[in-house]
Amino acid sequence: MSESILRVSNLQKKFGSLHVLRGIDFAVEPGERVAIIGGSGSGKSTFLRCLNFMEIPTSGTVELDGKTLGRPISDTSDVRQYPEAELCQVRERVGMVFQQFNLFPHMTVVENVMEGLVTVKRMKKPQARERALTELRKVGLEEKVEVYPSRLSGGQQQRVAIARALAMEPEIMLFDEPTSSLDPELVGEVLRVIRQLADEGRTMLLVTHELGFAYHFATKVIFLADGVFHEVGTPDQVLKNPVQEKTRTFLNRFSEFSF
Amino acid sequence: MNYQIDFTLILNSLPVLLRGLLVTIQLWIPSIVIGFSLGFLLALARLARSPFLRIPSLGYIELFRDTPVLIQLIWLFYAFPIVIGVQLSPFTAALLGLALNTSAYSAEIFRGGIQSIVSGQWEGARALGMRHTIVLRRIILPQVFKRMLPAFTNRAIEVAKMSSLASVISVHELMYQGRLLSSAYYRPLEILTTVAVIYFILIYPGSYLSMRLGRRMAARS
Repeated sequence: MSESILRVSNLQKKFGSLHVLRGIDFAVEPGERVAIIGGSGSGKSTFLRCLNFMEIPTSGTVELDGKTLGRPISDTSDVRQYPEAELCQVRERVGMVFQQFNLFPHMTVVENVMEGLVTVKRMKKPQARERALTELRKVGLEEKVEVYPSRLSGGQQQRVAIARALAMEPEIMLFDEPTSSLDPELVGEVLRVIRQLADEGRTMLLVTHELGFAYHFATKVIFLADGVFHEVGTPDQVLKNPVQEKTRTFLNRFSEFSF
Repeated sequence: MNYQIDFTLILNSLPVLLRGLLVTIQLWIPSIVIGFSLGFLLALARLARSPFLRIPSLGYIELFRDTPVLIQLIWLFYAFPIVIGVQLSPFTAALLGLALNTSAYSAEIFRGGIQSIVSGQWEGARALGMRHTIVLRRIILPQVFKRMLPAFTNRAIEVAKMSSLASVISVHELMYQGRLLSSAYYRPLEILTTVAVIYFILIYPGSYLSMRLGRRMAARS
């Protein structure tokens, strides 16, 4: 039908009685850069986390290369179960960068980046190290390779996390509020790295509160509210000329203190 | 106060006490090795999603933690043979009792340790495509081990002294020999003090090494 790498249909996620995602249809086309914005609790992180199965969708389907993942728990059910091997395959191809970095504290910077290459891609250590060093050079951390993460600033840790995800050569990169836990003066160095990836033509999805960055970064902007896609369009459409009332209210809150 | 310490008696008892020490070591080391390994498996069962693993392991752990070890040893030696029809030697019964008891305690140490690792560590590893068992082995356990070291050292020390309870089912370990000698010569002060010193010499090096190891690991990362 199309060349989308990843496609979700009628995606729903409930946490107990809390209905976070209420039926989302979405496809990621190669080379696309999607910024996902929305208020806290709107489900934007949950949506992103469903794409690499950090959260298992309550119902709905996820297709990778046109193949529907998992299988229904019974013939009549729309609830699916996912074997671990399948989830691991998806995650290998869909990299993720977290708000809290999630680096491994007992490993040095270079070991952090090598870990997935050695244990998942079964690369030999010297080759894995070479690859890791290449990625670390790319994010400007070639001088910190033998250091433990606790000795790095938040911005440096997040760049290691990006290098770690990139080393796996994912087809899609997911960024879950990658700058939200950083001191303001460290945000720039991380955004510059993400920008650089955009220039390489990578397929990326970014959940963010940095609307200015989203505007310049994205080819498509999604405004999520109440667990559905409330407004979707180009950055100009959604961020400058929103049609929906809710989108306007949300954007106005950001401009309230601008100068 | 003019109690005369009988040093000759101490010297003369040493060979017998050292023979007891050997048995104590034979009880101690295997029971912590078996106990910690079994404890690890029990902790995994306790953390499993399946109730068929979780509930029996919980029952086992509580049974062995909430009853006196002394009675567990006696039960294994006297009652177990009636149930399964095989008479265990005093040594085997004691080793089994100590190992099972240790496994229950170390299961809780492992469980606490594994649960103390923040969920972000699991997520960071899973997001790379790592399988559950690899995450556990490469990411979680190395961090857990560091945190658990003091608790395991404590447990190992406890077991060394707990092994003295094996004397009640007449395993000829250090305490058994000590009590035998002190009642034979009516000199409990000399003999039991010597026994205490031997326990100290047995346990302290391990305790010291564990402290050093803990410091070295803290210095890294």
